[in-house]
Amino acid sequence: MSAIDPDQVHDVEAEKPLVSLRAADIAVALLFLATSAIVIVDSVRLGFAWLPNEGPAPGYFPFYIAVTMGIASLINLARALPQPEGEEAKPMTSVPGFLRMCAIFAPAVAFVFAISWIGIYVSSAIYIAAFMLVVGKFPLWKALAVALGVAGISFAMFEIWFLVPLPKGPLEAAFGF
Amino acid sequence: MEELSALAEGFGHALTWYNVALMVLGITLGVVIGVLPGLGGANGVAILLPLTFSMNPTSAIIMLTSIYWGALFGGAITAILFNIPGEPWSVATTFDGHPMAQRGRADEALVGAFTSSFVGAIFAVALITFLAPAVAKFALKFGPAEFFAVQFLTFASFLGMGRGTPWKTLASMCLGFALASVGLDGVTGSLRMTFGYDELLNGFKFLVAVIGLFGIGEILTSMEDGLKFSGADAKLRMDAVIRTWKQLPRMFGTFIRSCIVGCWMGITPGGATPASFMGYGLAKRFSKRGHNFGKGELEGVVAPETAAHAAGTSALLPMLTLGIPGSPTAAVLLGGLLIWGLQPGPLLFVEQKEFVWGLIASMYLGNVVGLIMVLTCVPLFAAILRVPFSIVAPVIVVICAIGAYTVNNSMFDVWMMLAFGVMGYLFSKLGYPLPPLVLALVLGDQAESSFRQAMLVSQGDVTVFWSNWLSGSIMTLGVILAFWPLAQGLMNRFGRSRPAAA
Repeated sequence: MSAIDPDQVHDVEAEKPLVSLRAADIAVALLFLATSAIVIVDSVRLGFAWLPNEGPAPGYFPFYIAVTMGIASLINLARALPQPEGEEAKPMTSVPGFLRMCAIFAPAVAFVFAISWIGIYVSSAIYIAAFMLVVGKFPLWKALAVALGVAGISFAMFEIWFLVPLPKGPLEAAFGF
Repeated sequence: MEELSALAEGFGHALTWYNVALMVLGITLGVVIGVLPGLGGANGVAILLPLTFSMNPTSAIIMLTSIYWGALFGGAITAILFNIPGEPWSVATTFDGHPMAQRGRADEALVGAFTSSFVGAIFAVALITFLAPAVAKFALKFGPAEFFAVQFLTFASFLGMGRGTPWKTLASMCLGFALASVGLDGVTGSLRMTFGYDELLNGFKFLVAVIGLFGIGEILTSMEDGLKFSGADAKLRMDAVIRTWKQLPRMFGTFIRSCIVGCWMGITPGGATPASFMGYGLAKRFSKRGHNFGKGELEGVVAPETAAHAAGTSALLPMLTLGIPGSPTAAVLLGGLLIWGLQPGPLLFVEQKEFVWGLIASMYLGNVVGLIMVLTCVPLFAAILRVPFSIVAPVIVVICAIGAYTVNNSMFDVWMMLAFGVMGYLFSKLGYPLPPLVLALVLGDQAESSFRQAMLVSQGDVTVFWSNWLSGSIMTLGVILAFWPLAQGLMNRFGRSRPAAA
C-alpha cells in the first residue's frame, strides 16, 4: 500500500510530522493580522470619519471591523505562542498526509488553469482520468469510462438541458458548439 | 385560524405532479450529497442553485429545500453504518448509532434516526407555520435600528453560544465582514479594497466561498486521513420499522426536549451541530437509561437526530421572516430567493403569499416523502459508499469547479474557490468556525447599510439603538451574549482563585 492511497485510512498522528498545530496557529493568526492591516490602510484612504449630512464615510464600517479583527487575532496569537511544556507538539499534518492532499490539489490547480484553454469538459475528463490512473491505480478502461461519463453527462446537463453555458475549448468548437 | 386556510391553499400550490417529482429528485440528490464527503447541505444547494434559475420560484425552492432535507437524512446513514459522520451534525449520532450497528441492530438505529429526524422537522415546521406570520407582522414595524439590532444579536449569539474559543469565532466573523465590504460601496458608490483589480469590483461571492470552504476544504481533510468505508450491513427489514416504532413512545420526554433545544438553536443561529450535541447531552442526563448511553442505546440516536433536524428546519424561520438566515444552508437559500427576484423579509408574507405558503406546505410534504424514501431505499444509498474515494474525490472537485463557475460565469471565482478551499481546511484544523464567516459574508452589506441608515437618522448618536424598548432590548440581549464568554472566563478565574486563597 502506497502512502498516497486515499482509499485507505491513515493514522496521520503516527506519520512523520510536517507542521505542528502551534506553528500553523501562529501563521494563521499572522495572516489575519496582515489582512486586518490591509483593510485598515484602505479604510483610512477612504476615510473613516463622520461626514456631516452624509453619515459615516465608506471606510467607517470596515475600519472598525478590521480593528476588532486585529485585536482578536492578537489575542489568538498570544494564546498560540507559549510552547506547551512537557507534552509533545501536536502535529497539524504529516509529510505523507500533505502529499496526499497535494495529490488532489496540485492537479486541481492545473485543471483550473487548463479550463481557460481547452474548456471545462475536456480538462475535467483529463483530470478525473489522470487521478484515477495515477493515484487510484485503476485500469485505463475504467478511468476513461468514468472520466468520459462525467464529462458527457455534465455537457448534456449544462449545454443542452439547462442551457447554462460553461467554458468550452477547441474540441467543442469543432463540433459546432 | 387564518394560518390553516393559508396553509391549505399552500398545499394546493405544492401538490402538483411536477413539484412532487422535483421533491423526489431533490431528496435523492440530497441523500447522495449527505452521504458523500465534501458535499454537504450548504455547498450542495449552492452548486445546484444555477440549475433552478429557469424554474418558477416556488418549484425552485421546493427542489432546493428537498435537497436540504435529503442531506439532513443522509448524514445519519454513514454515521450509523460506518462510524463516519457524513455531516458535522451527525457526529453525535455516531456515539450510540454505531455501537448499535456493531451489535447487529443497524436497522433499528436507522429507523430510529430517520423517524426522529422526521419528528424534529415536523415540530419545527409546525412552529414556522404558526410563528412565522406573527413574527413577519411584527417585523413590518422594524426600522434600520431594529434590523441592525437583530443582526447584531445574530452575530453575538455565535460568540455567546458557540463552542471553541470566542476569539477565533470573532476573528472568523470579522473576516467575513471584511470580505463582504470589498467592492462597490452601495451607499456612496466608492470602490473599497479593490486595489485596482477589476475582478474585485463585485466583491467576494458568498456562494463561491461556501463551495470552497465546505467542499474543497472537506475533500482535503478526507484526502489527508484517507477514507475507507467498511462496516455494517445495511439490510433493512420492514419488521424493524414496527419493532423500532414500538419503542419510541416511551422516549416522549427526549423528543420534546430535543425539539425545543433544536428549535431554539435553529432560530438563534447556533445551528444544527451544537443542537445535536446539546440534545444528546440533555437526554443522557435526564433519561432513565442515561448510564447506558454510548453503548448502543436507541434513545442516544433519537436525541441528537431530533435536535439536529429541528434546528436545521427552524433555521428557515428567521430567513423567511427577517431575511436573516439561521445557518449556512439557509443563507444559500436566501441567496436563491434574491436571484429569483424575491426579497426575503417581513414583506414576503404580504407580497408573495403564494410562494411562502407553498414553501411551508412543501416542508411538510418534503419530510413525509423523505421519510418514506429513506426507509425504503437505505441499501441503495449505502451502496454509493462502495464507490472508491479515488473516484469520488476528483469528481467532487470537478462538480465544485462547475458550481463556482456558474455563480457568475467567471474563472476568477474558480480560482477563489481553490483559495477558499485551503482556507476551509486550515480553519477547520485550527478551530476557527466557518458558519460565522459565511453568515457575515452574506449579511455584511445589509448589516452595514442598516447601521449606517440608523446612524444617519440619529446624526451619529449610538444611543439610537436604545431609543425604543424593542431595539433596546434586542441590543442589550446581544451585548450580554457577546460578552458572555468574557464574563464566564472572569467568573471561572474568580471561582478558582478563591479556594486557592482559602
